[in-house]
Amino acid sequence: MSDRIREKLNILADAAKYDVSCSSSGGTRKNTNKGLGDSHSSGICHTYTEDGRCVSLLKILLTNHCIYDCLFCVSRKSNDIKRAAFTVDEVVELTMNFYRRNYIEGLFLSSGIFKNADFTMERLLQVVKKLRLEQNYNGYIHLKTIPGASDELIKEAGLYADRMSINLEMPTEAGLKLLAPEKNHEDVIKPLAFVQQQISQFSADKKLIKHIPKFVPAGQSTQMVIGATPESDKDIMYTANAFYKNFALKRVYYSGYVPISNDTRMPVLGTQPPLLRENRLYQTDWLMRFYGFKVQEILNDANPNLDVDIDPKLSWAIRNMQHFPVDINTADYKMILRIPGIGVMSAQKIVQARKFGKLRIDQLKKIGVAYNRAKHFITCLDSPYQLRDYQGTQIKAFILAESQSKYLKTDSNQMILF
Amino acid sequence: MTYIFDNSLQGLLTSVFEWFERKPGKVVLKSAEIFQPEAFVESFTVITDAEKADRVWNGLEKKLKKDWLRKFYCSYLSEIPEAYNHLFQFSIYIFQNPIGAESNYGNEHVIALSKYAKSVEREKHRMEAFIRFQKTGDGIFYAGIDPDFNVLPLISNHFKNRYADQQWVIYDLKRKYGLHYNLTAVEEITISFSHGVNKQNPAPVLMDEGEALYATLWKDYFKSANIVARKNTKLHVQHVPKRYWKYLTEKAI
Repeated sequence: MSDRIREKLNILADAAKYDVSCSSSGGTRKNTNKGLGDSHSSGICHTYTEDGRCVSLLKILLTNHCIYDCLFCVSRKSNDIKRAAFTVDEVVELTMNFYRRNYIEGLFLSSGIFKNADFTMERLLQVVKKLRLEQNYNGYIHLKTIPGASDELIKEAGLYADRMSINLEMPTEAGLKLLAPEKNHEDVIKPLAFVQQQISQFSADKKLIKHIPKFVPAGQSTQMVIGATPESDKDIMYTANAFYKNFALKRVYYSGYVPISNDTRMPVLGTQPPLLRENRLYQTDWLMRFYGFKVQEILNDANPNLDVDIDPKLSWAIRNMQHFPVDINTADYKMILRIPGIGVMSAQKIVQARKFGKLRIDQLKKIGVAYNRAKHFITCLDSPYQLRDYQGTQIKAFILAESQSKYLKTDSNQMILF
Repeated sequence: MTYIFDNSLQGLLTSVFEWFERKPGKVVLKSAEIFQPEAFVESFTVITDAEKADRVWNGLEKKLKKDWLRKFYCSYLSEIPEAYNHLFQFSIYIFQNPIGAESNYGNEHVIALSKYAKSVEREKHRMEAFIRFQKTGDGIFYAGIDPDFNVLPLISNHFKNRYADQQWVIYDLKRKYGLHYNLTAVEEITISFSHGVNKQNPAPVLMDEGEALYATLWKDYFKSANIVARKNTKLHVQHVPKRYWKYLTEKAI
């Protein structure tokens, strides 16, 4: 008995791991009637795998049997791998027992499509209903919306799940058509839009009626695979931006493609996943969501791809030296946020602290500013007098000379002579 | 001049009261544990007084919002000797200035407190993440810990709200006290362990039948969730520093 469940868990966890979302934040569920579980608004990462990714949810497929044959997916029909399927009770038992031992924040349940979309969605729904209604479980549940499932099933699932997601898979329609001819973006957009419309409907009703059930309180997310098809960073981020805008997504995830197939349309087996590129895309995502940057400022026709050697915020600053140096003691909060080496927390502290007197270098350092980086872009009370203005390229060389990238193994800095 | 206090929060607050009573000028606050008499510095031993402490705390409540009262308490729980002095100086600074003075991040005591509080909150969050319960034969979920700071008072509510339908014990092996939730309330307990018992991982005979199975399943899951092609040991250790590995079922050999 225990050997069989171990084998199933190994197969179905292994197949689910390429879904990168593991966020458990944004839940608002409270423990009711002395049940089990209570959400933590900022989420908790209970451990990290050896590749450095957070483990907060028990992320499994209900089954890896699938009727589709998408090239980028390990569970594709034509792939010769072991198949398995959990029963509803097995998933419920695993979730409850892991949760009780404080291993996890909750369950992330996805599935291969077996028979048809409705049949699959209905089984997923059985699991979450059993957890919520029979086990009085209030922990986090992230549920995959199965494209093509009926509106009724999706709507019912939304009453029990905290977050729902559907993956775009490829950043552009053309890319998707290349690797998964049976699929198209429209199949994703329709349910995303439907859930979004339900979320706003429920929150509108909540203003009028006090006791209204929760509907996907932690919102929706999606994921794109990066580096399997030849899109530019601009294509990727413009798509992400449109999805943030149109569907009020909580997150877009970028998953560097890990080669799992020897089809000639994709990177060959053994190719390193594009980790640096993935990192730069996430940095851009953060700049859009928390730093007030418009995507067009960072990526445009003149700069369709992100710099490899420096981060996008520094890259923007160097291209726009006309805005600098910024006077820390008088500038707008919005402008302070744009200074390389200053994050959201430091920017907020600066704006509060300067009401009590003009700030000096030592104070900025204590507040948490990365001064060696920021010094090229700011002036404060005791900034040293500088005779000449440096060019953007010179500043880039200064910063590169004193920093060590964790991605670049060989030092590729070229000295600037003039 | 040096003020000496008994390490308690009440003692610290009393010290602030005594300073305003006497106004002796510049004073450094030290705990009795680490105090070494110095040749040319006068010292004064503060006698803890609940009434005086309450007055100071009420005063702070009037001047500070909730988030800063929490930072104050967290800094105290850090148990760092210098933190006590910063708390003392911070209180004086707050009382001597108009409301809102705590947002002066240019002030060394303000920034010190916000840093201590950040460290303590981080440790608190780590305990919420890294505690692993083991189900014992009598149905109690047990975890032994030794956190860097005294965070038990901060995590009590989190675990009470979350595990409302199971009895649990979280025991601080370093500070020799723990919390027990008995399905209605959380109470403070001390355990007298018999000699030679493994406090972190009690012997399997004391455990529930299902315990070994779920521990194994969890270890399996942890291995399966890893993507070997993305191995990044540095990042892994940064997120899960080695000193916490002893808590973690998935890291046990």
